[in-house]
Amino acid sequence: MSIAAKFEIEYLQYLDAEGKQVRDDLPAFANDLDHMVELYKLMMSTRVFDAKSVALQRTGKLGTYASCLGHEAAHVGIGSAMKPEDVFAPSYREYGAQLYRGVQPREVYMYWGGDERGNDYQKEPARHDFAWSVPIATQCLHAAGSALAFKIRNEKRVAVCTIGDGGSSKGDFYGAINIAGAQNLPLVAVIVNNQWAISVPRKIQSGAPTLAQKGIAAGLYCIQVDGNDIIAVRKAMGDALDRARNGEGGSVLELVTYRLSDHTTADDARRYRGEQEVKDAWAKEPMKRLRAWLVAKGVWDDAKEEAWKNECDEWMDNEVNAYLETKTQPVTAMFDYTFADVPADLAKQRDLALQLDKKAH
Amino acid sequence: MAQITLIEAVTQALAYEMAHDDSVVVLGEDVGVNGGVFRATQGLQEKFGELRVLDTPLDETTIAGVTVGLAAQGMKPVAEAQFEGFIYPMMEQIACHAARLRNRTRGRITVPAVWRAPWGGGIRAPEHHSEANEHLFTNIPGLRVVMPSSPARAYGLLLAAIRDPDPVMFFEPKRIYRQYKEEVPDDGEALPLDVCFVLRDGTDVTIVTWGAQVKEALEAADELAADGISAEVIDVATLTPLDFDTIAESVQKTGRCVIVHEAPKTAGFGAEIAARIAEECLYDLLAPVERVTGFDTHIPLFRLEMKYLPSTERVVEAAKRTLAAS
Repeated sequence: MSIAAKFEIEYLQYLDAEGKQVRDDLPAFANDLDHMVELYKLMMSTRVFDAKSVALQRTGKLGTYASCLGHEAAHVGIGSAMKPEDVFAPSYREYGAQLYRGVQPREVYMYWGGDERGNDYQKEPARHDFAWSVPIATQCLHAAGSALAFKIRNEKRVAVCTIGDGGSSKGDFYGAINIAGAQNLPLVAVIVNNQWAISVPRKIQSGAPTLAQKGIAAGLYCIQVDGNDIIAVRKAMGDALDRARNGEGGSVLELVTYRLSDHTTADDARRYRGEQEVKDAWAKEPMKRLRAWLVAKGVWDDAKEEAWKNECDEWMDNEVNAYLETKTQPVTAMFDYTFADVPADLAKQRDLALQLDKKAH
Repeated sequence: MAQITLIEAVTQALAYEMAHDDSVVVLGEDVGVNGGVFRATQGLQEKFGELRVLDTPLDETTIAGVTVGLAAQGMKPVAEAQFEGFIYPMMEQIACHAARLRNRTRGRITVPAVWRAPWGGGIRAPEHHSEANEHLFTNIPGLRVVMPSSPARAYGLLLAAIRDPDPVMFFEPKRIYRQYKEEVPDDGEALPLDVCFVLRDGTDVTIVTWGAQVKEALEAADELAADGISAEVIDVATLTPLDFDTIAESVQKTGRCVIVHEAPKTAGFGAEIAARIAEECLYDLLAPVERVTGFDTHIPLFRLEMKYLPSTERVVEAAKRTLAAS
């Protein structure tokens, strides 16, 4: 019997859980320690932002919120590797990547606080990114369509989508990587494998030993990465983006990480996972290892940590205030964006809504 | 000027707009070399290349989602669902994203896309090829649902749909794809969306319909005229957003209304028009509103198909009932 195809999936890691280097061939960006400190600072901002969001929800100032605790290396690694002209189609907890691309915390608070203007990102490059998608994995096809537009227009841009381990079970994910393979599209599909799709564990999502290998079927380059190691994430992302930009095709990256929080503030993860598992995951969390590595390099210490934490707190407090001071949209807003122009028939309903609103006041 | 069929008018509109706007792309299964199973895209790939007339992998979800992505990047994609009965896997992308991205981003991201689909029965097609499901889309805010009923309206409305800044479902009644020809100048002139077309003036009864059933409505109006009954025939053309004013004006004049559609009766779009007439024109009515529709069954395979579809005879009888009632 002959063999029709053979494959293997590489696993990439530079820093172990203790922050020790496991390889000597650090990528060039990792030798720029100022840059690495910047990445650490944004990971910390993301964590402070996340804690603030949960606190806002617990005090009734936000609706349901999806936390990103434990995903800081994965998300900041994705965002920092992308160029401004690339396009991001995220799932709903990739705040670290979004903050890097200019989404303001007040906009995220606004969205979870019940105001569509939170998706009207004011700053570039986020302004040309997709708003996150709630229906799972559907955004992968928007990224594939964007990549097709870049190819048609001969633009050197890449579309990046992110999904969870659960999202990799959906046909939309496969459809996106399949057309990317067939048309050689500049698409990087990132599976942020945080082990849980609400209460359903990774092992129930797929019998495949890695999720990365799903891309093999589509003809894409595939790699599994330690998603808590920002050097590995940024390196794998950078390589995938370069390949896509150079016309060498799409990639599937599996970032292995862990959701340290509940799925959302409406979830209670204690119902379906054990304390020991979460405790073990905390031992591998992404910030501790990068901090240890930066401290060992002599570029970070407790005083800097404290000072930056205070700056983050102040930043987020300002953002929270800006969010809380935002006035509710007029009732007409629900009509004004249904179509480019309000059709005559809908204008009658808008008039009714206005009348009802006046009466209510 | 050449006389062309409805399907040729679709091709003519696509070719015109692709030649005049580089951002227009056509995508779907079989749309390239094969020119589509009904030949709607015949010759376009030769003219515009494999990237602007793109044969996709065989997956309706992919076609719909990639269309959203293209449109969000400023392209004007025209996607083909090979048959309207295959459109269900596309619905999540259309309802959850195409129809609402403008709203959920406050206008930052928009989806100027068109989904074309050969619609309805009457061509002896296999199972799942003959559905009439326009009502599933008329209940989705942010979508335009458009259906032409002649070669000229296919050309003008498709141009308008492609140029529209919002997503449009463009359902082509395949029963009349090649039924007759008419002169359609290839002048790039679009017809207006969001308006009904009054195809025939009348004073005794209003017949409201769209798509393939315009044929039965006009035949019925001829038969009624032979009996001295004057029927006004309205082609709704854009179902949503609905131009109800044109329908109301007619019903206020005639006092009687017959609504004709191929889709099942219950919760079909005729129910919406009947309800609007009850809300806004009740005291103008001289008789109850009549609906002549498909049955609340699956459309049967072709041995029984013509017994499912609304016939001219049923329309004539319904119109006469409204006259007898007053």
